[in-house]
Amino acid sequence: MKNHTHAVSTDRANWTVLLILLLLTTLSVLAIKLQVGAFTVALALLLASVKVTIVLTYFMHLKFEQTILRVMVGGVFLLFAIVIGITFIDYLFR
Amino acid sequence: MTYTSSEPLNYLNHKTGLWSWLTSSDHKRIGLLYLYAITIFFCAAAILGLLMRIEKMAPGQTIMTAQTYNGMFTIHGIIMIFIVVIPGLAAVFGNIFLPIMIGARDVAFPKLNLFSWYIYIFGAILGLYSQFANGHSPDTGWTFYVPYSAEASSNVVIALTAAFVLGFSSILTGLNFIVTIHRMRAPGMTWFRMPLFPWSLYATAWIQILATPIIGITLLMVMAERLFHIGFFDPALGGDPVLYQHLFWIYSHPAVYVMILPAMGVVTEIFPTFSQKPVFGYVPIVFSSLAIALVGYFVWGHHMFTSGMSYESRWFFSLLTFIVAIPSAIKVFNWLSTMYGGSVDLKPPLLYAISFIFLFTIGGFTGLALGSLATNIQLHNTDFVVAHFHYIIFGGMGFGFFAGIHYWFPKIYGRMYNFKWAYISWGFLFTGFNLLYFPLFVIGIQGMPRRYFDYDPKFQTGEFLSTIGAFILIAGLAGMISNLVYHARKGPKAEANPWHGVTLEWQVPSPPPHENFDEIPVITHEPYLFDKPATK
Repeated sequence: MKNHTHAVSTDRANWTVLLILLLLTTLSVLAIKLQVGAFTVALALLLASVKVTIVLTYFMHLKFEQTILRVMVGGVFLLFAIVIGITFIDYLFR
Repeated sequence: MTYTSSEPLNYLNHKTGLWSWLTSSDHKRIGLLYLYAITIFFCAAAILGLLMRIEKMAPGQTIMTAQTYNGMFTIHGIIMIFIVVIPGLAAVFGNIFLPIMIGARDVAFPKLNLFSWYIYIFGAILGLYSQFANGHSPDTGWTFYVPYSAEASSNVVIALTAAFVLGFSSILTGLNFIVTIHRMRAPGMTWFRMPLFPWSLYATAWIQILATPIIGITLLMVMAERLFHIGFFDPALGGDPVLYQHLFWIYSHPAVYVMILPAMGVVTEIFPTFSQKPVFGYVPIVFSSLAIALVGYFVWGHHMFTSGMSYESRWFFSLLTFIVAIPSAIKVFNWLSTMYGGSVDLKPPLLYAISFIFLFTIGGFTGLALGSLATNIQLHNTDFVVAHFHYIIFGGMGFGFFAGIHYWFPKIYGRMYNFKWAYISWGFLFTGFNLLYFPLFVIGIQGMPRRYFDYDPKFQTGEFLSTIGAFILIAGLAGMISNLVYHARKGPKAEANPWHGVTLEWQVPSPPPHENFDEIPVITHEPYLFDKPATK
């Protein structure tokens, strides 16, 4: 196991990530006013996914983890993307 | 339980007293704590099931009102699904045997393991409390479908909270098992030298940690709907009741595999041992477990064919439902092929394991009738579904559990049960089970709806036979449980390896010592080679 020799994010990187997250949160709120119909949810999910990815990568140090852990987390995201996609296929074709 | 001082120290006697059990982080003791709790809840829910069958012995009201019947089938379902079957095999046999089978001294997080049990007990007590608090037992069925669950005046919130809490226990157990399997396998135990029961637990654990949060969030949404009228599922507020069904079944269909995969793992251990022959197709069994876990994620919509889903979604889910049958069929083929040409020894564990194949196959084939769009329209929400479900869950998980407890009983307690008693109990159980559930297929096809406390007299023959079956089944359960309970204390001492098994749990004394191994074993070859020792 190499997890005791991790590199960690710098303070500057953490603050930058925080600012990006706040910006994306603002965009999420503004996105509601765009009136893109059925794609409103898709847009909100896209922005949320980007935020989650950034949090996982930097705040949860996934960037510095072993490849297998990154693959496992990526697999989980893929699974949920497929599950949500299948659910919304129902709504698009109903 | 008392032990004489002449007995060697083991996990049962190295510390004594109730407190030592309630604070133990020994994975085997925690497994037994689950076993005792699950057995008690199972007996309670089985009695509720018997009372429901007595009510339906004749048309009209017999021993309870319609509202009582609604409460009973709800709490029967909640206890059986969330408290007995979902934790069931993984929490009991997984806890007791996973570390031993992979050559570890304990799970990765022993204290978290004990904490999981306490969460489980808290959730289970909440579930029971929901039945009795204020005299308004929940009456939604274990599926909590909206809009009724969002409006009913019964104890729905308490029952939802119970299911929510129980989910945490399931997630933590799954997490513990995944880390244990990744990090704590003995030297030399590569992935493809790992026995197949741990493989089934691994596949199950992924479902537990990935799917369970979805039901947690969904149940919270129903609570929010009830308490704050947010409108997730209310069309008048822009919501959609079918969304609830999507979210519920995104968890609850994979949960069926949480129930059945460990049972498949148990019987996969039993067939080679009682055939004294290597398991047929080790690698296909591994990948079929993983395939079931993966594809099982994408078939939830087959519970909703008549709920107003789009046509495109219906054929998509129907197609995937047929595909998920393939890995299950691969397993059945491999189990039969393992026995073929072997020295088959029809001891009680094998008898239960063969019964598992028979009952699970009936459940599987009738599942295809429900997965087909055309026949589903006729069969949806009838007693056919009840019969199919019980053949899968009770015939599969239940008989898998019975097979497992008869297989590992001498290892757990160091004592042997009475074979004659076990065979007779099996006869009652198998006969009672089929007499109880098979008539429900017939009256279901004829149109008898599920969850009705009264029925048209034309269904009486089927309902009557089913109730007789319930009595026989309960007699079999009583015989089996009394045999095991009595002989856990009074049975003759068992050898360390009475079945001549070759996996690691059979290489340690019975009962196993506190930390399983004096020295961690080194694994030199794949499992199930009956002409080679398991370790060097």
